[in-house]
Amino acid sequence: MTEETTTGGAGRRVRVVLVDDHRMFRTGVQAEIGRTETTGVEVVGEAADVDQAVTVITATRPEVVLLDVHLPGGGGVEVLRRCASLMSAPENPVRFLALSVSDAAEDVIGVIRGGARGYVTKTITGADLVDSVFRVQDGDAVFSPRLAGFVLDAFASTDAPPVDEDLDRLTQREREVLRLIARGYAYKEIAKQLFISVKTVESHVSAVLRKLQLSNRHELTRWATARRLV
Amino acid sequence: MPVAARPPETTDDPPVRRLYRSADGRMLGGVARGLAGHLGLPVVWVRLVFLALFVADGLGVLVYAVFWIVVPLGVGGRSAEPRSVFATAPDGRRRLRKPDKGQIVALVALAIGAAGFVTSVDLGGDANRYVWPTLLVGVGVVLVWRQVDNARRASWTEPGRRKRIFQLVRGLAGVALVGMGLTVFMVVRGSAAQLGTALTAAIAVLAGMALLAGPWLVRMSQDLSEERTMRIRAQERAEVAAHVHDSVLHTLTLIQRNADEPGEVRRLARAQERELRNWLYRPEGNGKDDDQEPETLAEAVKKNAAEVEDKHGVPLEVVVVGDCPLDEGLAAQMQAAREAMVNAAKYGGEGGAVQVYAEVEGRTVFVSVRDRGPGFDLDSVPADRMGVRESIIGRMRRNGGTARLRAVPGGGTEVELEMERADG
Repeated sequence: MTEETTTGGAGRRVRVVLVDDHRMFRTGVQAEIGRTETTGVEVVGEAADVDQAVTVITATRPEVVLLDVHLPGGGGVEVLRRCASLMSAPENPVRFLALSVSDAAEDVIGVIRGGARGYVTKTITGADLVDSVFRVQDGDAVFSPRLAGFVLDAFASTDAPPVDEDLDRLTQREREVLRLIARGYAYKEIAKQLFISVKTVESHVSAVLRKLQLSNRHELTRWATARRLV
Repeated sequence: MPVAARPPETTDDPPVRRLYRSADGRMLGGVARGLAGHLGLPVVWVRLVFLALFVADGLGVLVYAVFWIVVPLGVGGRSAEPRSVFATAPDGRRRLRKPDKGQIVALVALAIGAAGFVTSVDLGGDANRYVWPTLLVGVGVVLVWRQVDNARRASWTEPGRRKRIFQLVRGLAGVALVGMGLTVFMVVRGSAAQLGTALTAAIAVLAGMALLAGPWLVRMSQDLSEERTMRIRAQERAEVAAHVHDSVLHTLTLIQRNADEPGEVRRLARAQERELRNWLYRPEGNGKDDDQEPETLAEAVKKNAAEVEDKHGVPLEVVVVGDCPLDEGLAAQMQAAREAMVNAAKYGGEGGAVQVYAEVEGRTVFVSVRDRGPGFDLDSVPADRMGVRESIIGRMRRNGGTARLRAVPGGGTEVELEMERADG
C-alpha cells in the first residue's frame, strides 16, 4: 500500500482543504502539491480563520484537511472541536493533518489530543507532504521525528502510576518504532530494521496515536505546558 | 523630643538615606524600625522612646501617627540588625521566625505601658468614660491603616489567596472596632435613645455618598486596571520589537546583501530561525545566554548541533528525549557526537537534513547521528585517516562507552554512541 501512496498519482486522488492564515503560505503549498495530474492532490478549498475553516470543510467535505495550529478565532484546536462530528462520521470521515511552523510541545500535543491524525512542520518537502496526505487519507498516523520525541518524553517522564495500563503505557515495540521515527527513519526503513512489514509499522504508529489521544493522564497536557520543549 | 525634631533634616538627605517605614519586621506601621535603620540606632531604643512619650502624655501616639501617615512604606530603612519577624526561606516563602528577646521585651513593655496609661488617665469627671471607646476606635483605625500598607506592598509581592482573605478579615475587623467604639461613645453620652435615629441618618449619608461616588470609583478602578494592562502590553511589544529589530531585521538585511549566494542565505536564515525559536519558546526563568557553557545533555546537544549547522550550512534536526546533567563521560560522548555531526554535515549533507537524536534512558545515554548521504564504509577508509577511528570510536572506548557506525538500509550512515552515566 505504501509503495503506491509514495508514488502518488497512479489513479489515486485525494481532496484537500488548506487552512492557514497566511495567504503566501497557502499559495506556496498549493503550488507545491496542488498539481493534481502529478501529485494526485486536489485542493478543493482554502480558509484563513476558524469560522471560515468550519464553513469550507462542512461545505466541501474533503478527505484531508491541512490545518495550521495558530489561527485567528481559537486556533487549530477550535477547528478540530467544531468538526468533531465530521471526524467521526461513519462515511467519508474528514481527517486532519496539522501543519505548523511551531514545534513547541504544547502546540503539538494540543492538536494531536484534539484529534489530528498527525503533525508535520512547515519545513517538510512537497513530496513528503503529499506522502503524508495520502497516509492520513488511509487513516494512518503521521509522526514527524520531533513529534515522536515529544511522545517518548511524555510517556516516559512521569512517576505517577498509570490510570489505565493499556493506554498510559507504550509497549516495547511501539517505543522501538517511535525511537526510530525520532532518529529520522522512514516507515519502510523501520520495517526493514525491525524485520516487520510496513503495515505492522503503521499499526504500531496508529496505536501510539490512539493512546496519545485517549490517554487519561492529565500529566500529558501539564507536561507539554511545563516543558515547552523546542 | 529628639525623635520628633529629627525628621525635617533627614528627609532632605540624599536619596540613599531617605526615610522609609520599614516593610520588614515591623510591628505596627514600621515607623520605629524605619527610623532606627535611618538613624543607625537599635530598633529597641526607638521603640522605647516612643513608649516613653506615649506613657508621658500620649504624645507618642500622635508622633507615631504623623510618621505613619507622612513617611512612605519602603524597602529601605532596615535597621542595623537584619532580623525580621519573618524568616525568608531560600525558596522565597516567608515563615514566622522565633521571636527574638528584644521584640518580646518590647511587646510586654508596650502592653504594660498601655495598661498603665489607660488606668492612670484621669481627665476628670465624665471624660474618663470616653477612654475605652477612644482606644477601640484607635485600634480599629490602626488595623485599617495597616491594611492600606499591605495593599501598597501587594505590588511588590503577589499575595496568595489565603493572604488576601486574611487581609479582608482584618480590614473588616478594623471597621467593626471603629464602629463599636463610636457606638459606645454615643451610648456613654447618654444619647442611646437617639441611637436609632442617628444610625438611620448615618446610613442615609453613607448610602448617599456611595450612590454619588460609587460609579466614579468603579470607573476609576476600571481605568486603572486598563491602563496597567496597556502598559504591560506596551512593554511586551517593546521587548519583541527590540529583539526583532536586533536580530531578525539584521538577518533580513544580510540576506538581501547576499542574495546571490544561496549557501550563505540558507545559513543565515537557518541560524535566525533557530535563534528566534529559542527566544520564543525558551522556558520561563531560563535567561541563559547561548554563550554560556551547557550544563545538561540537552543543552550540549543543541549547542553542538547549532554550531555545526552554522559552520557547514547543513540543517541538523535535533530531537532530545529526557535530560540529565553532564559528567565527564557524557562530555566525551558530546565531543564524539559533535565529530559525528561534522562528518555527517561534510559528507552526507547533500541528502537532506542530518538527524540528531539523544535519549536518556535510565542510566544509559544514547546518541545517534544519521545522514542520508552516499554512505560510508569504515573498512575502506585508509588507516592513516584517524578522524573516525580516533575521535569517535577511540574516544568513546577510552571513556567506557561504545560507538557503532553502520550503513542505514535506506541509504546514508548512522553513528550510534552509548555511554553510562557516572551518577544515579
